[in-house]
Amino acid sequence: MFQINRRRLLETSAIALLLSSQSSRAALIKGGIPWKPGAADPPPVVRPGPWHFFTAQEAATVEAFVDRLIPADDLSPGGKDCGCAVFIDRQLAGPYGHLAGYYMSGPFQQGTKQQGPQSSTTPAQHYRTALAALDKACRSKFGGKTLAQLNDAQKDQVIGGLENGSFELDGADSKEFFKLILKNTQNGFLSDPIYGGNKDAASWKMIGFPGTHYDYRDWIGRHNQRVTLPTIGIADHPNW
Amino acid sequence: MARKLRHKDVVIIGLGWTGSILANELTDAGLDVVAIERGPWRDTATDFLISYAQDELRYRLHHELFLRPAQMCVTFRNNSSQTALPVRTWGAFMLGNGAGGAGVHWNAETWRFLPTDFTLRTHLTQRYGANFLPDDMTIQDWGITFDQLEPYYDQFEYLCGTSGQAGNLKGAVQPGGNPFEGPRSRPYPTPPMKQGYGHVLFAQAASELGYKPFPQPSGNLSRSYTNPLGVTLGQCTYCGFCEWFGCANYSKASPQTTVLPVLLRKSNFEARTDCEVTRINLDRSGKRATGVTYVDTSGSEIEQPADMVLLCAFSLFNVQLLLLSGIGAPYDPNTGKGQIGRNFTHQTMSGALGFFDKDKYNFNPFVASGAIGMCIDEFNGDNFDHGKLGFVGGGYIGEVQTNGRPIESTAVPPGTPAWGAKWKQALHDNYLSTIVGGSCHGSMYSYRDVHLDLDPTYKDRFGRPLVRITIDFHDNELKMSAFLTDKYAEILQEMGAAQVVKKPRKGPYDVTQYQTSHLNGGAIMGTDPGNSALNIYLQSWDVPNLFVQGATAFPQNAGYNPTGTVGALAFWSAAAIRSQYLKNPGPLVHA
Repeated sequence: MFQINRRRLLETSAIALLLSSQSSRAALIKGGIPWKPGAADPPPVVRPGPWHFFTAQEAATVEAFVDRLIPADDLSPGGKDCGCAVFIDRQLAGPYGHLAGYYMSGPFQQGTKQQGPQSSTTPAQHYRTALAALDKACRSKFGGKTLAQLNDAQKDQVIGGLENGSFELDGADSKEFFKLILKNTQNGFLSDPIYGGNKDAASWKMIGFPGTHYDYRDWIGRHNQRVTLPTIGIADHPNW
Repeated sequence: MARKLRHKDVVIIGLGWTGSILANELTDAGLDVVAIERGPWRDTATDFLISYAQDELRYRLHHELFLRPAQMCVTFRNNSSQTALPVRTWGAFMLGNGAGGAGVHWNAETWRFLPTDFTLRTHLTQRYGANFLPDDMTIQDWGITFDQLEPYYDQFEYLCGTSGQAGNLKGAVQPGGNPFEGPRSRPYPTPPMKQGYGHVLFAQAASELGYKPFPQPSGNLSRSYTNPLGVTLGQCTYCGFCEWFGCANYSKASPQTTVLPVLLRKSNFEARTDCEVTRINLDRSGKRATGVTYVDTSGSEIEQPADMVLLCAFSLFNVQLLLLSGIGAPYDPNTGKGQIGRNFTHQTMSGALGFFDKDKYNFNPFVASGAIGMCIDEFNGDNFDHGKLGFVGGGYIGEVQTNGRPIESTAVPPGTPAWGAKWKQALHDNYLSTIVGGSCHGSMYSYRDVHLDLDPTYKDRFGRPLVRITIDFHDNELKMSAFLTDKYAEILQEMGAAQVVKKPRKGPYDVTQYQTSHLNGGAIMGTDPGNSALNIYLQSWDVPNLFVQGATAFPQNAGYNPTGTVGALAFWSAAAIRSQYLKNPGPLVHA
C-alpha cells in the first residue's frame, strides 16, 4: 500500500496553492450553500499600453506577422489593428506563457504523435528563441531587413516558408513555431474582445456570430433567419 | 502522523454526481456523512456568472473548470510495447474537478442504454453464434437487466427534469420518440427541447430515408421544473455555452442545480473541499476499510475514520485509488487474471462536416444547447443485423450541434489555406451555413489489452504513481465507425449539403483529439469475483464496506453518453445500501 513521503508532502503542498484560484483553500462546507458578496472571479480585461512580454523589436515582428496571417480587407481590419499581437503578448505574460497547470515533471522524452506534446519548452521561451532567429534569418536573406521591413509579398514568402519548413530558423523548429503563432493569432482574433485580439468584435461581425447573448429563446424557432441582435462581448453586457 | 478526526458513518470520496446522490440518500437514512472533494467548492451564483460564463478562451481553451494535470495527471500509450508518457495537458478527454464534478461541465445528454446492452455477450452469442466475436474481445453481461434498472433511470431523470419524448411507454411504442428504447414506466418529466434549423432538417431527411428520428434526451430543460427534492431548475435560454462551461442560468441539471442545495442544509452532512484523498485505509485483515487519509491545502495529512467508504471519484481515479490502496488484484493483460484495471473503454466518435449553400441556408449555430438535436437509433447496439457486416456494436447518429463558438465550431472546406485572405473569406462564407456538430456516438467494446495500471515512472505531486492508460482502437470499432459515418453522410446529402466531408474514426487512438470524456470500466460490476471487481450493487468483492460508483463499473461502453446510466446505477446502489446493507452490513452477494 502506498504511503506518502512526509517531506515530499511539505515540499509540494505549495503547488496546490499555485494551481487554485484565490478562493481555493481547504474548506469545510456545512449548514447551507456558502455565499459571500464579491466571491465571483471575473476575467482580467486586457488594457492597451506597454508590452508585457515582448521587447519593442519582438512586438514589431509579431505585429507584422499577425497582419499577414489576418490581412486587412473588406471583411475586417488586419490582425495588427485587431490587437492580435497584444493578445499574444498578454497570453505569454500570463499563465499560458509558462504552461501553468500543465504536468511538467520529468523525465521529458519524445513519444509518438498520438502521445501529444512532451516538450519542457514553454510558449514564452519558444517565442523568445524563434523571434530572434526569425529576425536574424530575415536580415541575412533580405539585406539587413527584419520581417516588419519587408513588403507584403516578401512577408508572405517568409511565412509560407515557415509553414512548410523551407525557411529555417536557427535553434527553433520553423514549422512548430508557425503552428504556434497561427493558433495563438486565430484564437486571439476569435476570442472575446476583452482579451485584446478581437477589437470591436471584428471577427464575430465578420462571420455573423452575435456574441455572448445569454438568451436566444426568441430565435430558436426562427429557422433560416439572420439574427439581427447587435454583436456584444462580455464587457458589453449592459447592452442586454 | 496523520491527525485523526472524529469517526463518521460514511466517508465519500468525490462530490460529483454519484457522491452527491449517495450522500443525499444516506443522510436521508439518518447516517452521518462527510464528502471529501479534491477540487474547490463551486456554485452557480459565485462561479458560473451570466456576466462572464460565456468565455470560450477561459473555459474551453484554458480549461479553467477542469482538474489541472499539475495536480493529478495520467500517462498514456497505445500498446504495451510503448513507454507511456504523461498527458501534459488534456486533449482526448476532460476531467472534472471540484464540487459537482463532471456534472458541472457536461452537455447533459441524458440517455438510457438498450436492454440488450446489459446482456451483451449472451445476446450476441445467441443471435450470431459463439464464434462471431473477436477472440480478444472481453465484453460481458452486467449482471443486471434493463428492467431492474428502469426505476432508477426514472429516478435520475426526475431528479434532473430531463426533457425528452418517450419512445416506449410500458411496452407501447410512442410516435416521435425512440422506438428502440427499453420500456419506460412514465414519460420524461419535461417535454423535448425546441430544435434549430439544422436539427429539423436532419429529422426531415432521416424520415425521408425511412428512419424514425427523435429529440435527444436533454438535461438542459425545455421549461422550468421543480424536482422531487423541491429544487427548481430554470428554462434553458439556448445560449450555446454548455459543455466545458458551468450553466449560469440554473437550467442544466448538475449536482448544484438538483441535489446540493438540499444536501448542504442537512445537519448530518458536511463537505471538505480542496482536500485530496490519498488512500483508502484497511484494517489488518485487508477486508475492511477503516476510512480514508487525505491531504488539505496546508499540506496536513488527515485521517477520517468511517464505517463505510464510497469511492465516487472519476473512473480513472477510482481505479488509481483502488490500486494505491491495495484493494483487489491488479489486472494482468498477459494472463487475464486480476480485476482492477480490466475492461477499460472509451467511446468511438465520428462524424462528418456538411457544407451548405450560404445563400440558401443559415443555421444560426450559436442558438443551441448542450443536448439539443435530433437523433436516430436504427444503428445503435444490436438494433440492426450485424451478421454480414463483420463487426458488433453501433451508436446513435444525430445532428446534435451544441454551439457556434467561434474557435471551436468554425470549419472551412478542405483545401482552404490555413491563413490569409482566403482563410478569412472561407470562415465568412461557411460559419452560418455549415453543420459541424453531427455525431456518430459509437460504442467501444472491451478488449484484453486495453486496461489501466500504475505507471512505473511518472508520479503525482505527492510521489504517488500516476494511473497508466493503455488503449488503442480495434478493427471492430473502426469498421463500425466507418459504417456509422457513411450512414450519417447519406443523411447530410439528403438534407441538401453541397459538400460532405466524412470524418470516420481512425487509429491509432490519439490522446490529443477530443473524443468525449466517457472513460469507463477498470473496476467492473458482475456476477462473481472471477469476472468482476464489484458485485451488482457496486460493492467491492474484496472489501464489503466499500462501494465504487460511476462508469468505472461498466463492463464495456454502449453507443450512448454514460451519465444517465451512471445516475441510475447510483440510485440502484443507494437503494441496496438502504434496504439491505444497513440492516445487515456485509456482502450483499455471496461469492
